[in-house]
Amino acid sequence: MSQILDAYRGLKLGDRWDGAPKVVRWAVMLLVIAFAFYLPYLNILPFAYIRTDLSSTGSDWASVLFLIVVYMIVAVGLNVVIGLAGLLDLGYVGFYALGAYSIALFGSTNSPVVGALQSRFGFSEEWAVPFAVCIPIAIVMSLIAGVFLGAPTLRLRGDYLAIVTLGFGEIIRITARNLDNVTNGAAGITQVPVPPGPEIDGRNFFNTIDAERWYWLALTVLLLIIFLARRLEHSRVGRAWLAIREDEDAASVMGVAGFKFKLWAFAIGATLGGLAGLLFGSKQQYVEPNAFMVNLSFLFVAMVVIGGSGNIFGALLGAFLLTYLPERFRAFVDWRPFAFGVALVAVMILRPQGLVPSRRRAREFEDRRHEAEEAAADV
Amino acid sequence: MSEQRMTQDMAVELKDTSDHELIEMHTSGEVGETLLEVDHVTLRFGGVVALNDVNFEIRRGEILGLIGPNGAGKTTCFNAMTGVYTPTEGKIRFKGKEIAGTKPHRINHLGIARTFQNIRLFPEMSAMENVMVGCDARHKTSVVGVLFRLYRVRPSEEELPDSGIRRSLAKVFGISRHTLEERAGRRRSMELLRFVGIADRAHELARNLPYGYQRRLEIARALATEPELICLDEPAAGFNPAEKEDLMGLIRRIRDLGHTVLVIEHDMKLVLGVTDRIVVLEFGSKIAEGTPDEVARNPKVIAAYLGEPDDAA
Ligand SMILES: Nc1ncnc2c1ncn2[C@@H]1O[C@H](COP(=O)(O)OP(=O)(O)OP(=O)(O)O)[C@@H](O)[C@H]1O
Ligand SMILES: [Mg+2]
Repeated sequence: MSQILDAYRGLKLGDRWDGAPKVVRWAVMLLVIAFAFYLPYLNILPFAYIRTDLSSTGSDWASVLFLIVVYMIVAVGLNVVIGLAGLLDLGYVGFYALGAYSIALFGSTNSPVVGALQSRFGFSEEWAVPFAVCIPIAIVMSLIAGVFLGAPTLRLRGDYLAIVTLGFGEIIRITARNLDNVTNGAAGITQVPVPPGPEIDGRNFFNTIDAERWYWLALTVLLLIIFLARRLEHSRVGRAWLAIREDEDAASVMGVAGFKFKLWAFAIGATLGGLAGLLFGSKQQYVEPNAFMVNLSFLFVAMVVIGGSGNIFGALLGAFLLTYLPERFRAFVDWRPFAFGVALVAVMILRPQGLVPSRRRAREFEDRRHEAEEAAADV
Repeated sequence: MSEQRMTQDMAVELKDTSDHELIEMHTSGEVGETLLEVDHVTLRFGGVVALNDVNFEIRRGEILGLIGPNGAGKTTCFNAMTGVYTPTEGKIRFKGKEIAGTKPHRINHLGIARTFQNIRLFPEMSAMENVMVGCDARHKTSVVGVLFRLYRVRPSEEELPDSGIRRSLAKVFGISRHTLEERAGRRRSMELLRFVGIADRAHELARNLPYGYQRRLEIARALATEPELICLDEPAAGFNPAEKEDLMGLIRRIRDLGHTVLVIEHDMKLVLGVTDRIVVLEFGSKIAEGTPDEVARNPKVIAAYLGEPDDAA
């Protein structure tokens, strides 16, 4: 018995997880999910110290949770692109912005687009595209943008792709700022609609005060996305991405349509980015170009890379850390860029594969390091 | 994959004994008809003429040897046939259809697979997963299909799960095509690994396999794509005589499954023993073609090939 226990202790956490009976795994998973839903109300010491609203200057806890989850959706999407398909996308904020702008442009009575539709079809001043219709619009817009950006650029490899996507992110923001008579330019669009729901206490179900409801909504979306992303990973699609990453030419000779699968990765990533943007814009009820600066793209990439690319849970952890820590330690706000830089450098030196990488990714890094060392020794 | 999962999987995988039906090729063509035509193909790399007006055909059901000294253009010929390079001049027809210039993955779907002279497996995938990638070439589930599993298939009695609830669910809603394809892919992969003789290390990473296993794994992966024509680029390179003999046996068994085989091999003795016909290249040109006997007697071949010290033997 003790021998078995010893052997058990020797295993890594991941192995223990894999080895645990199905019932245990389900139970743990359900507990974690239940706890996640309970988080906004967490008030028992000492756990309550994780809250961000302990001092009067702190940020609203539920809103922080909401933002964390929105960025987690972003990270899961970007992980498909960077971690699974191995494509470096530095313009991810572009899709995020597109999602937010889709719902604003079509759903807000303040938007010039809705205004034009009203006068064209003789609708009343209150009319706007219903929220439920805005969702597919946002999804389709980001999907199309992903395909349009991907189709010509995915033939590029490595650095070139990074540069082109970087440009894309900026183009979206600058376009949004300059197209005054479509997007209201720098002024932004107000009155972005919220999801429909029953009225409680004379307020919409989704309103600016009860942020935990937004958090629950986003969390539900996130769980669904994680479920789907894992389906992809453990299927012919995930295998194709991995094969492309390992040896693209050999993969294509084995019948893997490399371009098609890369484009899919891009499109899926774009869609998830758009969905996250939609949630963000809807909760803010206000969308403006400056919310989508290029540094947000870098933050997104950093989430995936620090967390551990290729592993959904790594990406989730990265998103959590990079969103939560700055909010929790708001008192040190001036130090934020510095701390961020130091943390990034530290991770890259000490654990280049990320905090919780996929095992394959960890080995790939290890291999590359050996190759580099051998190459250096040869000189 | 963790130890536990691995053993679980293996138990499932190894349960049913060898089952050739899973990996047999069923083709409609007739043995002896022309399968692939290399029609006056010339391929230049700048000034280098790698293939010079090369002309031969491969007939369904045969084992054709492609031989020649180093740098003769054998691998280049494979590359032209599998879409890696496009011929400068000339045509390549597979089952009567022009394929020069077609993308490699499309050529694979048409029915040509290959192995590489310098092994090119997916090193971070297990042996089994490598073969699964090959199987996927024939699978139909799309990305949307993987995500939403809306395409349901009415399962046969043996495909139904054992346990109660799952069984009833599968009876009512059917089983998704994706699930069935994954399952079939795993079984076929295992059978192929068994066929080439490396099933005992199915769940090890390709990079950790010994050299001989890697070479055989390449063959299994190529076979998984259900090719009518399989091209083996020096599959026995680096083998000792006993292993080489073994491999030639494997090549014969591959043909017996219903594949047509094109094989590059340096060891003249082996080539003569296993092939039905042989094409000889030298400096990019075809210098001889015929049965092993004819080729072995051909003075040009003797001068160009047999006359030289055979470094690979
Ligand atoms: N991509 C390339 N660019 C330039 N030259 C090439 C290229 N590929 C092959 N060659 C040249 O084409 C000629 C034929 O090469 P190939 O690899 O086909 O020979 P081979 O018959 O396979 O030889 P080996 O027995 O050594 O494998 C060689 O002179 C080689 O240098
Ligand atoms: Mg060669």
